[in-house]
Amino acid sequence: MSFLNFLISGISLGSIYAIIALGYTMVYGIAKMLNFAHGDVIMVGAYICFFAVSSYGLPPVVGVVAAMAVCTVLGIVVERLAYKPLRQAPSLAVLITAIGVSYFLQNGAQLLWTSSPKVFPNIFAQKGADGAMKSSFTLFDGQLNISYVAVVAIIACVVIMAGLTLFTGYTKMGKAMRACSEDKGAAQLMGINVDGTISLTFAIGSGLAAVAGVLLCAAYPNLVPTTGSMPGIKAFTAAVFGGIGSIPGALLGGLLLGVIQIFTQAYISMELADAVVFGVLIVVLLVRPAGLLGKQIREKV
Amino acid sequence: MFPKLVPIPSSGMVPDRDVGKTPILECINLGITFGGLKAVENFNLTIGRTEIAGLIGPNGAGKTTVFNLLTKVYQPTKGTILLDGKDTHGMDTAHVNRAGIARTFQNIRLFQKLSVEDNVKTAMDTQLTYNMWEGIFRLPGYWKEEKVAHERALELLSLFHMEDMARVKAGSLPYGAQRRLEIVRALATNPSLLLLDEPAAGMNPSETAELMENIRKIRDTFQIAVLLIEHDMNLVMNICEGICVLNFGRIIAKGTPEDIQANPAVIEAYLGKKKEA
Repeated sequence: MSFLNFLISGISLGSIYAIIALGYTMVYGIAKMLNFAHGDVIMVGAYICFFAVSSYGLPPVVGVVAAMAVCTVLGIVVERLAYKPLRQAPSLAVLITAIGVSYFLQNGAQLLWTSSPKVFPNIFAQKGADGAMKSSFTLFDGQLNISYVAVVAIIACVVIMAGLTLFTGYTKMGKAMRACSEDKGAAQLMGINVDGTISLTFAIGSGLAAVAGVLLCAAYPNLVPTTGSMPGIKAFTAAVFGGIGSIPGALLGGLLLGVIQIFTQAYISMELADAVVFGVLIVVLLVRPAGLLGKQIREKV
Repeated sequence: MFPKLVPIPSSGMVPDRDVGKTPILECINLGITFGGLKAVENFNLTIGRTEIAGLIGPNGAGKTTVFNLLTKVYQPTKGTILLDGKDTHGMDTAHVNRAGIARTFQNIRLFQKLSVEDNVKTAMDTQLTYNMWEGIFRLPGYWKEEKVAHERALELLSLFHMEDMARVKAGSLPYGAQRRLEIVRALATNPSLLLLDEPAAGMNPSETAELMENIRKIRDTFQIAVLLIEHDMNLVMNICEGICVLNFGRIIAKGTPEDIQANPAVIEAYLGKKKEA
């Protein structure tokens, strides 16, 4: 049973990684840039939700919506101010800018909200039969212990994945996104607003980052200005793992990464978990350089 | 000859196609310099509402540069482009497309990973008016417009007998079909002027003959103007009503196919100067 327990928490952590990885992979697919500030958008989302719920006593749903709204706007603003002027610049310049934005957000958060850790409220806790707030429920006579956060994370991930697949596959904005990811010039000549499409991508990615931030902090309730950076890097790894630029790849990479991490922590060693995760990434990239579901680039001869 | 096209939701965007009216395109002293190089200069050209015009010239004469100027891939450094009497100054590529210029590319630039139908629908982006929320939650506005877009895409494809390929990925189409799909995609943006950049490149004689038929068909069905760049003289002389010859970025001759064939400057540009005996 403990195996099943670990599997479920692995999948739930993986779902959170997958939601974050979506932001990386979509932005990479369309703007062809690595937005390293994405991890810090997660942190901003978590802080917004924290203040809405803890300081203003708003219901958690409102907190999540507020976090999504703020992060969506933040994503668009960052894109407009930091990345749009660099549309024609070499990719290295954009990469450095992204790292700069990341530090800017971290230090901004430190300035605004100080570096003392906040304890994130367990917003998904339910009232138990005895009236006390419970953060998990048990099945099979107490052998299987599942937290509410895990359930919410998995459901959220499934809903988001399904929604995005339908959105990119069957709507005109989705088609515009895929067209831009292939050939921006041709897309523009077909009348597509490329800048608008890129903004929309950043908006969706950042909105999802807010959701991930709330889920992450509900599961691991220690909130500091650098909270976002490690999950950000892990999710970036997940995106590369699954094949960056591919939405199903982000899901697969995220889930595998979460499961591998939890299993390593459980069965091998707490300290080695990250090393194993990144070790697996290296092995996968040696065998499939484009990631698990990435497109293999064929060279024309 | 062809079924009437399904009306598009935002038909207000379709430019007025009064055939007898002013020319659809007027270029006045158009020019661009790259550094010190005058890639195109003093380019004057007028194209009628339903004219098929040709732009020819030796390699490197600046033909594709003219297309890039018309579609604002490059901003002209000199001169004016009047589209339907309106100055396109300050418009960007997407705006020019909405104003009525669509194009194909010398080297095919389809969205390879999208299906044939999605390639065509992508080009209808600006004509579909449903918003993001209607798209996400699939509200009635989404279904209504997507249905019209689907029907129109199939109808456009059927003009080129491609309707049964609608679900195939564009990248896996044979070469000739990819060329035709590029034209369909350009037509889907509802242009009043269609620019074709070497549409017959890499085609065999029978495919070229079919293409000529198709270009005429497009003009007759949609009542639009076509400007094409082509090296196949047979095609150009057969279907173009007016021809403009470029060499080193300058127009060296303009006129009907007969005029051009007899023009000494054109012969010189293509074949070199006759040596004096």
